[in-house]
Amino acid sequence: MKKQELLLGDEAVALAALHAGISGAYSYPGTPATEILEYVQSRAKEFNVTASWSANEKVAYEGAIGMSYCGKRALTSMKHVGLNVAADPFVNSGITGVDGGLVLCVADDPGMHSSQNEQDSRYLARFALIPCLEPLNQQEAYDMTREAFDLSERFKTPVMVRIVTRLAHSRAGVVTMEGRAQNALRITEDAAGYILLPSNARIQYDKLAAKQSALEEYAAKSPHNRICLDGDRKLGILCNAMAFNYVREAFPAGIPHPYVKVGCYPTPMGMIRKLVETVDEIVVVEEGYPFLEELLRGVVGVAGKAVHGKLDGRLPRTGELTPAIAARAFGIAMESAFAPTLEKLPGRPPALCPGCPHADSYRALKLAAGDFPKVPIFSDIGCYTLSFYPPYNAVDSCVDMGASIAMAIGAAHAGIHPVMCSIGDSTFGHSGMTGLLTAAYEKLPMTVFILDNGTVAMTGKQDTLLTGDALVNAVIGLGVEPEHVRVLSPLPKNLEENARIIREELAYKGLSVIIPKRDCVQAKR
Amino acid sequence: MKYDIILAGVGGQGILTIAYMLDNAALARGYRIRQAEVHGMAQRGGAVYSHLRFSDREIVSDLIPRGQADMILSVEPLEVQRYLPLLHRDGVVVSSVHPFKNIPDYPDEKAILDALLELPRALLVDAKAIATANKMPRAENMAMLGAALPFLPFELADFDPFIKAQFERKGEHAVLANQAVLAQGFRMGMAVKERLDAGMPADAAYRETHTSL
Ligand SMILES: Cc1ncc(C[n+]2csc(CCOP(=O)(O)OP(=O)(O)O)c2C)c(N)n1
Ligand code: SF4
Repeated sequence: MKKQELLLGDEAVALAALHAGISGAYSYPGTPATEILEYVQSRAKEFNVTASWSANEKVAYEGAIGMSYCGKRALTSMKHVGLNVAADPFVNSGITGVDGGLVLCVADDPGMHSSQNEQDSRYLARFALIPCLEPLNQQEAYDMTREAFDLSERFKTPVMVRIVTRLAHSRAGVVTMEGRAQNALRITEDAAGYILLPSNARIQYDKLAAKQSALEEYAAKSPHNRICLDGDRKLGILCNAMAFNYVREAFPAGIPHPYVKVGCYPTPMGMIRKLVETVDEIVVVEEGYPFLEELLRGVVGVAGKAVHGKLDGRLPRTGELTPAIAARAFGIAMESAFAPTLEKLPGRPPALCPGCPHADSYRALKLAAGDFPKVPIFSDIGCYTLSFYPPYNAVDSCVDMGASIAMAIGAAHAGIHPVMCSIGDSTFGHSGMTGLLTAAYEKLPMTVFILDNGTVAMTGKQDTLLTGDALVNAVIGLGVEPEHVRVLSPLPKNLEENARIIREELAYKGLSVIIPKRDCVQAKR
Repeated sequence: MKYDIILAGVGGQGILTIAYMLDNAALARGYRIRQAEVHGMAQRGGAVYSHLRFSDREIVSDLIPRGQADMILSVEPLEVQRYLPLLHRDGVVVSSVHPFKNIPDYPDEKAILDALLELPRALLVDAKAIATANKMPRAENMAMLGAALPFLPFELADFDPFIKAQFERKGEHAVLANQAVLAQGFRMGMAVKERLDAGMPADAAYRETHTSL
């Protein structure tokens, strides 16, 4: 047997990128994609590559474009919602095209294990008119990432590798291939292609449109798209990568119907057409949104043939697939031998660690806020969001990274006072600064809490780019009056004193920033 | 030969360390493996689990299908309950009796143990006592790994290289102590299993084996 390495799906992507000869990897932490950059970092010296956390996903994506512009290969990785933040460079990179291979690995989170939604990135690949590869196991994660770089350079397009939580955070033995040398430095000869003035952009967009038929042909011939027309033709199965595994689990003796499994996009329309012609009825099983199903149904459906899937309730519209859910779509019951034997089974949600600085910050905040009319505390994403749960019940919103400050702006405009919002140090660096700049420019009466625990705790203690004195200086630099920038030490013994300072700033009819500063207790270990 | 195992516990109890040990031991013995785990949010004191599958044949999905797990191996007695629908009718539960209480509505301890005793095959050990007896109170996970070994195709020595890799940076003492906890967990697991196999009820088997701890 060939030598195998035991790798998470994320690590398989990372190692493949290193073996594909990347010169740089760019990311911002986000479950379930975080371990991709962490793995590249752990071997950065050995492979002589740069691997650093960017302030947010947009910066990360743009770093990758810059490296590609210089002829070198680059990997950028992020969680699904990170791609919303990076959507601008992402879509435009399809239009500029690439020089060095540019691969985006995006990790979707069906079931929302650690996310605020379960959006399906395949739509974004189609939106940007770029190819997407979808692995179904860790070996494919490795192989497809290697392939993605070649594909990117061959068609001069960025390529998306779409993975999901189950693959990202599952380990298996992976057989690797010989590494490839890094590309030489070679600045693009087509700079105009990167200057998206309308006159250039129209040319580039035409080029992108013209590439589509070649990409379709590539996908049609790809071994990742599989068609099998054997078996009982009363029913046909259409599924994407991870769903294919669960369908196979449903039929341990082999899939008894014709099927098409899709793992390479643009969607292989010809294969799907052939399947539909062959069978009487179609069941579509997808990990993610009903992407293939919507395409298949179109506006008028398939004449004379029933299509079942997420849109007619054959499968649940939301949530993550499991073998049992896939089996049920074919009327197969995977029975449980046991139900819980305990009468009432309480949940065990995640919670702030004992001794967490955020707990002390919110205690002081709630104590001070008690003296004012009840107003919402706009908040953000990070460990501190867990203060939503009892006993804190502290936060009233969590929408997207950076939304706290910007939503507070809207509330101030609406006439609320005092307006409060809270945001972590890393989230502030990610996309809180622009909100604060807006508030400072408008001199809005708001109180902003920046919870400085010196790390990106929620995603596993990565480096935060803005903490301590640098954070204070940045806040002042954005236009907040220095006497209304207050740094607190969130400790139980300082509760009264901290509440007093917070009360002062809440009463102030201008913009103030309060920075409770104490290290995450996990980071000290 | 296939083994489908659910590992269970609470964030911080070292569930993923058990997974690391088993993954590597299985790989070293030439098995194919698939092991899905939870990272991120749940690790902050929430319920943590892993689906660990190893087999000499192809493993298709990362998740163990419902009703097919051969074992639930849990470092915490309440956590077993969450995964019972995944257990095969001939499957075994190997659980610690020591509770981890970080929620306000933690049920009555006796009710939890009674619920475990209702299962046809439950092997109970006190992982906390074993870990503490070896002056490694946090090594409950290693005690449970040991207790599960009588059901698995490994020997104690299989884990030596991985215990070394995992604990070396904490010093030679940590390596030896973890090996000792693993070994005592194994002896305890064997002792309980022999009694269960001889037809003794699970609570009696537990009591008879835990007198000296
Ligand atoms: C666009 C986007 N990127 C990344 C994430 C993942 N994520 C959630 S919270 C967080 C950072 C939290 O760091 P910080 O604000 O410092 O708070 P802490 O967890 O340290 O308390 C990240 C990266 C996300 N939810 N959305
Ligand atoms: S990891 Fe750090 S910031 Fe997060 S809850 Fe624990 S102590 Fe608080």
